[in-house]
Amino acid sequence: MTAESAARIRRPGGKPRKARAHRVKYNRREALAGYLFISPWIVGFLVFMLGAMVYSLVISFSRYNLATNVAKPAGVTNYQLLFQDPKVASSLANTLFYAVMAVPLEICVALGLALLLNRVGRGAGIFRTIYYLPKMTPSVATAAVFLLLLNGNTGAINQALAFFGISGPQWLIDPAWVKPSIVLMTLWGVSGTMVIFLAALKNVPRELYEVAALDGAGPVRKFFSITVPMISGAIFFNVIVLTIAALQVFDQAYMLFWRDQTSASPEASLFYGIYLFQQAFREFNFGFASAMAWVLFVLILLISLIQVRLGNRFVYYEGEKR
Amino acid sequence: MATTNTETGATPEAGPLLAEAGRSATATPAPAPRRRVRRPRTTAGKVVLGVVLTVISAVFLYPLVWLIAASLKPRGEVFDNALIPATFSPQNYVEVWDQLPLVNWVTNSFLIAVLAATLVTLSSSLVAFGFAYFRFPGRNILFGLVLATMMLPGAVTMVPQYLIWKNLGVLGTWIPLFGMNLFGSAFYIFLQRQFFLGLPRELFEAARIDGASYFGLFRRIALPLSVPSLVVIFIFEFQASWNNLQSALIYLNAGSVQGFTAPLGIAYAMTKYSPTNGGQGDYQYVMVATLLITLPMLILFAFGQRHFIEGVATEGRKG
Repeated sequence: MTAESAARIRRPGGKPRKARAHRVKYNRREALAGYLFISPWIVGFLVFMLGAMVYSLVISFSRYNLATNVAKPAGVTNYQLLFQDPKVASSLANTLFYAVMAVPLEICVALGLALLLNRVGRGAGIFRTIYYLPKMTPSVATAAVFLLLLNGNTGAINQALAFFGISGPQWLIDPAWVKPSIVLMTLWGVSGTMVIFLAALKNVPRELYEVAALDGAGPVRKFFSITVPMISGAIFFNVIVLTIAALQVFDQAYMLFWRDQTSASPEASLFYGIYLFQQAFREFNFGFASAMAWVLFVLILLISLIQVRLGNRFVYYEGEKR
Repeated sequence: MATTNTETGATPEAGPLLAEAGRSATATPAPAPRRRVRRPRTTAGKVVLGVVLTVISAVFLYPLVWLIAASLKPRGEVFDNALIPATFSPQNYVEVWDQLPLVNWVTNSFLIAVLAATLVTLSSSLVAFGFAYFRFPGRNILFGLVLATMMLPGAVTMVPQYLIWKNLGVLGTWIPLFGMNLFGSAFYIFLQRQFFLGLPRELFEAARIDGASYFGLFRRIALPLSVPSLVVIFIFEFQASWNNLQSALIYLNAGSVQGFTAPLGIAYAMTKYSPTNGGQGDYQYVMVATLLITLPMLILFAFGQRHFIEGVATEGRKG
């Protein structure tokens, strides 16, 4: 790029001619204009992200009085309460359990669908469109429908199971089946992940499969030795994004179980996001809720870091030297 | 995150992680001609594949078909799972307007979504242009920060943001539902920057020589040329806003029912007619309302499908 190379030419003393002003690195006028253009983001970042996080940290060490808007220092009280509260522990356990179940299933189902679609020539568009429709359905609408589909007595899912001679569970009441219910709803909307896999699969060079075929590799071997390494970047991305989403699960759980503050299965359906929301906006325990938020933040950070560490071991980046 | 490599230039390498993210929504034209993967060679193979895909389609379509059917059933038959109603009850679609303030909900949601999407499209483009075109100290670090904020869980800033809006005295208004969008959004900034970097720099240089101001470059050249990606950002944000339940719960739940958004309204209606609260309530109205708030998204999809999927699926991977 010409501008790039021009920028490397240092002009001692500054003050370049006007027509070339923007080519010179760190021209004062240009830099100022640049800062002006990004200033909305800087303000938003300082106030609503960094400012909000610092504010949140302060509140988590305070007793917040809603009426007077005053946060009185309270030391680590909120964190002590948090670690003593059995609901925090159980909601965290529920959330982790859900994530451990949901993320691998989403990855497998999305990848399976993408592999199937990738084999279709003409007509793939129609199927892709159909598979994408659930992703367009608002989460509240999904929940309103699945509330009835998952009904243990009259729901269509149990009727379908009964057709195969299986007696379906009380999805929305039996504590053991609450989380699988939400996993099922999540899987219905798995197409976003699928589309990312599909895009990655389209970019695997066909020659690799041809060479492997010459070497006598079967479909399974090709899948694990070519497909998986070649799309490992997409797998990695999806795992991280889906994990962060799963740890914050809210909409479905709220719609199915917590609309009217009482749940048919309060122990099993209390997710971390739900309890945090209740503490903040039902009980107005802002200090406690902020402490919960920070614990979640640190947890997500740790899990993401571990995933990145593990990911670096197997993710294949094109052009990488080994 | 470890993937905040912010090399500048014509082919930005934002790390594979974010390259993936970029591909999930960019509509950059001219994908590389892609090579087709081995297709089933035999007719039998094609038939089996077709059958499998059709069965899966049925599974994905079933809840939506079920919803349409349920919305046409009279009270008491809503739960019978028949895909063709035993008794047709189209009057549900007339009565629902008296039962629930649907017009208000849909209007509120629509206005908020349009505001949110317009604001975020403009602000994100402005910021993206700043990152794409200008050189200034700290640019790469700042852009790395933009990318890092994508990983910030919303739960962490939920409470302080509420308090900020409270202190600004705008609780009870719509401002908290779209105010953040004035400041750009990381993912959209990322997408739009990619798009701007793809525009030939000579265009801007020529305009500069002709005396265009920096804002003129953005307003008269960059924006008009990037309509395709602006549309992508707009419809993505429109969808996100239309579906947003949590913000509505935080900021509107205490107000009047007429002031609810569509998702909050559905939550309210589900409780009002709950089948668990006193047997089979008038749940057919919930089904009609649910279908009516889903339709705009399906229409948006019908028009913007290319943006939603094809841009994602066929976006060629460089290098």
